[in-house]
Amino acid sequence: MALLEVKNLGISFGGLRAVDDFNISIEKGCLYGLIGPNGAGKTTVFNMLTGEYLPTDGSILLNGKNLVGKNPAQICQSGIARTFQNIRLFSKMTVLDNVKVALHNEFNYSLASGILHLNKYKKTEKAMDERALEILEVFDMKEQANTLSSNLPYGQQRKLEIARALATNPQLLLLDEPAAGMNPNETAELMDTIRLIRDKFDITILLIEHDMKLVTGICEQLTVLNFGMVLTTGTPDVVLNDPEVITAYLGE
Amino acid sequence: MKNKKIDKQLIKNIAIIVVVYAVVAGLLYGGFLTRQFRSLLVPVCINVILAVSLNLTTGFLGELTLGHAGFMSVGAYTGALITMNLNLPLVVEFPIALIAGGLMASLFGVIIGVPVLRLHGDYLAIVTLAFGEIIKSLINAMSVTNGAMGLSGIELHANYKHFTFVFILTILTIFAIKNMVNSRQGRAVCSIRDNYIAAEAVGIPVSKFKVMAFVVAAFFAGIAGVIYGHNVGTLKPTTFDYNKSIEILVIVVLGGMGSIKGSIIAAVILTILPEVLRGADEFRMLLYAIVLIAMMIFNSSQLKERILANDIVAKFTKVKKEA
Ligand SMILES: Nc1ncnc2c1ncn2[C@@H]1O[C@H](COP(=O)(O)OP(=O)(O)O)[C@@H](O)[C@H]1O
Ligand SMILES: [Mg+2]
Repeated sequence: MALLEVKNLGISFGGLRAVDDFNISIEKGCLYGLIGPNGAGKTTVFNMLTGEYLPTDGSILLNGKNLVGKNPAQICQSGIARTFQNIRLFSKMTVLDNVKVALHNEFNYSLASGILHLNKYKKTEKAMDERALEILEVFDMKEQANTLSSNLPYGQQRKLEIARALATNPQLLLLDEPAAGMNPNETAELMDTIRLIRDKFDITILLIEHDMKLVTGICEQLTVLNFGMVLTTGTPDVVLNDPEVITAYLGE
Repeated sequence: MKNKKIDKQLIKNIAIIVVVYAVVAGLLYGGFLTRQFRSLLVPVCINVILAVSLNLTTGFLGELTLGHAGFMSVGAYTGALITMNLNLPLVVEFPIALIAGGLMASLFGVIIGVPVLRLHGDYLAIVTLAFGEIIKSLINAMSVTNGAMGLSGIELHANYKHFTFVFILTILTIFAIKNMVNSRQGRAVCSIRDNYIAAEAVGIPVSKFKVMAFVVAAFFAGIAGVIYGHNVGTLKPTTFDYNKSIEILVIVVLGGMGSIKGSIIAAVILTILPEVLRGADEFRMLLYAIVLIAMMIFNSSQLKERILANDIVAKFTKVKKEA
């Protein structure tokens, strides 16, 4: 059974059919790419997968369990985490706290032990710090732990978003244009990081990306979306040589 | 490494508390305070509690609310009715009144928490404003609260003679809010303020923590209300109108959203100031306004950042230690 099985997913905004009859099947451990021209509906798919938007039709199964109708927090707890195309960090919080917010559900203590600084609080906070630093280490950001997240350079803000998503301990990680705005060096580094986290954290990754070097470099499977519909699905070399895909990108 | 730093901070805070208490208590019990200043001690503490707790919803949750005086009045009336009807020794009945007043106010916090889940910004501000007025009208209409006549003859369990106890309550409130903000629950609250879509996306049950912030803030506003009633001895529904809510909001804004230290300092200054300016007669409100503006300018200046970051204090202590 595939980790994620999406069938006939569709959504309308008023008269606009933003996504229609979207199907995707992602095997566990796969590095999967979702590509397509601007406005194709890629982010909208992510928003439906994470409960941000309620699909008009279709089903989303993660490990065979339907996620449609759950709210974003519940879906996160079911095992899907994401980053955003427009970075959404907790800007007035430190890098460390950004990650610790995402550890909220994994580490637990009551409000009372927090207010009274009971032993449980101290122990759990210490464990949270350790775990958060461990994750930041993977992204080479341990030194910035106490920096305000809004003071980070752009590339690191993108990385912090990935780190924060990983902290929720997801089975499936959704990355929305992770390389957007990065220079070629940063992109190359990001590719290594994405591969590394897939292996190290034993997760499955679905990413949206326009940078074809990144897509061909790390994706094992691709689905192309155009005008809200799936154009084709397959391995990168097959998909990217498909005349239909080329037309979709370059125009007639 | 980090723990040591926190402990140092704690020790410093405790040192400040002890010094402040020693100075004020010394002046008070030594008989050096005029009647006017003596009567300000408890109101200062009350405003500190109110401002610090309002900061939880306004500064840390990031929701503009104008109903804090409503929660205060619920606490004040609950507490007063308890001590007036229980004839137990102070040490028994007053803590009961405090807890009951706080709990009753937090019950109202749950009620106001529900619209909070649907509204933001200006809309929420208006709804909370209306909420405070509704509470006022209810108190005005009920017989148990003695309507517009209000309550009088409330035992003075919290006037200046009980300064030590009120001071301790204030410190406990500050630590409770501060610790909450630094807990996983507090982080959840702050994450909602910074970006609620991202907060949801990392698994924070946003609704739960919005209500939690309101309930905790209401609890301490209720406590402040209980202290208020037992300091003044009388309660009238009109005491707790929206002017009071705005007064607390001004303190929080001037002290800096999300700054507990700032709330405390602003509460102290803005409570004492109008009294000090009494001598200036007709210029009183003008001077008050000027100070407000000056504080606002100071607020957005570099100087404040540095003082709050303890640069200046740190420099002094460093020099001492290394010498
Ligand atoms: N909340 C919304 N309301 C109305 N239209 C929307 C909404 N979200 C997305 N759309 C529309 O859906 C289409 C796909 O957008 P999007 O998924 O962001 O594209 P992209 O593939 O570039 O990520 C666009 O036409 C966009 O305007
Ligand atoms: Mg997009």
